[in-house]
Amino acid sequence: MSTVEERLLPSAEPVRLIDEHGAAHPHTSYQLPSAETLTDGYAQLVKGRRLNDQASALVRQGRLAVYPSSHGQEACQVAATMVIEERDWLFPTYRDTVSIVSRGVDPIETLTLLRGDWHSGYDPHERNVAPQSTPLATQLLHAVGVAHAARLKGEDTVVMALVGDGGTSEGDFHEALNFAAVWQAPVVFFIQNNEYAISVPLAKQTAAPSLAHKGIGYGVPGERADGNDLAGLLAVLGTAVERARAGEGPQLVEAHTYRVQAHTNADDATRYRDDAEVTPWLERDPIKRLDAYLSGAGLLDDARRAAALAEADRVAEYTRVGLMEDVQPDPAELFQHLYTVQTPQLREQAAFLADELAREEA
Amino acid sequence: MTHVKLSMAQALNQALRDAMRADDTVLMFGEDVGALGGVFRVTDGLTAEFGESRCFDTPLAESGIVGTAIGMAMNGMRPVVEMQFDAFGYPAFEQVVSHVAKMRNRTRGKITLPMVIRMPYAGGIGGVEHHCDSSEAYYAHTPGLTVVAPSTVADAYWLMRRAIEFPDPVIFLEPKKLYWAKEEIDLGTPEPGIGKAVVRREGADATLIAYGPTVPVALEAAEAAAAEGRSVGVVDLRSIVPFDDETVCAAVRSTGRAVVVAEASGFASVSSEIVARVTERCFHSLAAPIRRVTGFDIPFPPPHLERHQLPSVDRILDAVDDLQWEDS
Ligand SMILES: Cc1ncc(C[n+]2csc(CCOP(=O)(O)OP(=O)(O)O)c2C)c(N)n1
Repeated sequence: MSTVEERLLPSAEPVRLIDEHGAAHPHTSYQLPSAETLTDGYAQLVKGRRLNDQASALVRQGRLAVYPSSHGQEACQVAATMVIEERDWLFPTYRDTVSIVSRGVDPIETLTLLRGDWHSGYDPHERNVAPQSTPLATQLLHAVGVAHAARLKGEDTVVMALVGDGGTSEGDFHEALNFAAVWQAPVVFFIQNNEYAISVPLAKQTAAPSLAHKGIGYGVPGERADGNDLAGLLAVLGTAVERARAGEGPQLVEAHTYRVQAHTNADDATRYRDDAEVTPWLERDPIKRLDAYLSGAGLLDDARRAAALAEADRVAEYTRVGLMEDVQPDPAELFQHLYTVQTPQLREQAAFLADELAREEA
Repeated sequence: MTHVKLSMAQALNQALRDAMRADDTVLMFGEDVGALGGVFRVTDGLTAEFGESRCFDTPLAESGIVGTAIGMAMNGMRPVVEMQFDAFGYPAFEQVVSHVAKMRNRTRGKITLPMVIRMPYAGGIGGVEHHCDSSEAYYAHTPGLTVVAPSTVADAYWLMRRAIEFPDPVIFLEPKKLYWAKEEIDLGTPEPGIGKAVVRREGADATLIAYGPTVPVALEAAEAAAAEGRSVGVVDLRSIVPFDDETVCAAVRSTGRAVVVAEASGFASVSSEIVARVTERCFHSLAAPIRRVTGFDIPFPPPHLERHQLPSVDRILDAVDDLQWEDS
């Protein structure tokens, strides 16, 4: 096998540095992150889990229209943001609320989209987080554009672009990999393979040996990691980011994880999978695993655990209270943001609606 | 020296060149736009002058071109991209509708996309299948897009300059059949900006409303009508979105009769929109229902049949004759 092909091929098994019992497994190519990184990561996982569960509860209370939970995928969510710097960019999908919040965006602003007040509730420039993309894989091309522009400007920005397993079948996924490779754009394409695209299992999505293999045809190196092992994810994604920053071009990373809950609250997962399939995945939970490792290594005790939980509770409470507030989006805003200079047609329509509302009130 | 004789393709090239000289965040990319200079040579010589990082060939993927342009615009560039032909813009349609058009609105104005999507557009060149679509209605129907089409060489230059300076995304439709006609133009005298229609010919009896490729046909028809003793004016929209109700309605009110001339199929089209809005605003000034001369509701025909689809001087004159003249 040529060296080029070797460089592009993912490892035979997903990279795992800590197994599901919390035991460390040394790897020939990747280092275990520092104790400090892992304890910080642990706190973020706990916070992410709490946010996922809080948001799901808010759906049941009618406060959010919908919530695509990343429960069980928190290690991917947290790792994606932990490995990038402030000047880098994150391109999230609808499922990546936890990633956005761990990047530092206000959870209430993040959930504005799902509450139904506006399409993107946060200012993308504040933390370099693109608006959440609902059309699948389209955001990957924007990510390549941002990365390419950064290179043209002489900046060493890296872009972390998230996509699901289903999204890898879309044409834009392929166009993005190809563009990034030809331009050597500093983009890390991070696939959270959670085994399902709504109801469609991976086997019906692709015949490729793994999603990480999809980089080969474009000249993009692929790697895969255990998506429930924060340590392995940080090592693999961190390496990809370093390489991209050093000018070595894009990389594709596939995380093997599982969507333990339904696609959204509107979905009935029992129609397409058995509990017997789900249960073993609960055992591979990313938080339990890291907890076991850290406890064994003497890095986590009840006091630290309680501190992480208290912080998670604080964020969840802040989110809950914020979303319990009744907000009245301003209908005038409907016409305000389409164009930098409003068209005469929109001015007319805004006046019409204002008049109609005034008459309603009278 | 600001007086030059240029074809529309050369004027567009000059506009791109001048914009790139004026602002080094302006980038031009697409399929074959580099060494070849584009299949219509609109980007001729830009790579030679500005280098591969300012004007470059991309992989052959329209969604990729528009999607990456979005990212570049998000990150401080002003990309101008070329869809090689109107009908090859469709693979990028999702990016255009879902993101180009919506980004500013969904982010409450925090992200604006100053980008231009250029498209050789419409028929009249004997092009084979998929090379002659009039796709303006798809774009005009999409809130958030600005849609323009020049009809003269001078306007091609100025509309392109304005489109590149424009803070929001512009769909720039370049009428293919006008690419080669040369005109002497004065680059020192700007045409009106985006959103303004212009009266290309004054008329007292009827108004022809046209844009892009049908403007010269309308002018020809007006000339012929004058020979028959009718004073027919021509309004050139230039900007389809925003639409200049004021100029169009003023012209129609002054004549009381109007014909809309467009190459695109008439059903659910920009021409239908024009009739609707002019009727709503000028009903009491109208002496006759507004007529339309448009393409049939068929896919653009093969080269040997295309003349049957294109609005002709005769069809326009017939439509004018049909405007319920009491004296005839
Ligand atoms: C272009 C497009 N087609 C269809 C949909 C509807 N849709 C929303 S989520 C989804 C499944 C996506 O699965 P995957 O990419 O694996 O991500 P996951 O939801 O598992 O995180 C589909 C089909 C969409 N959002 N965009």
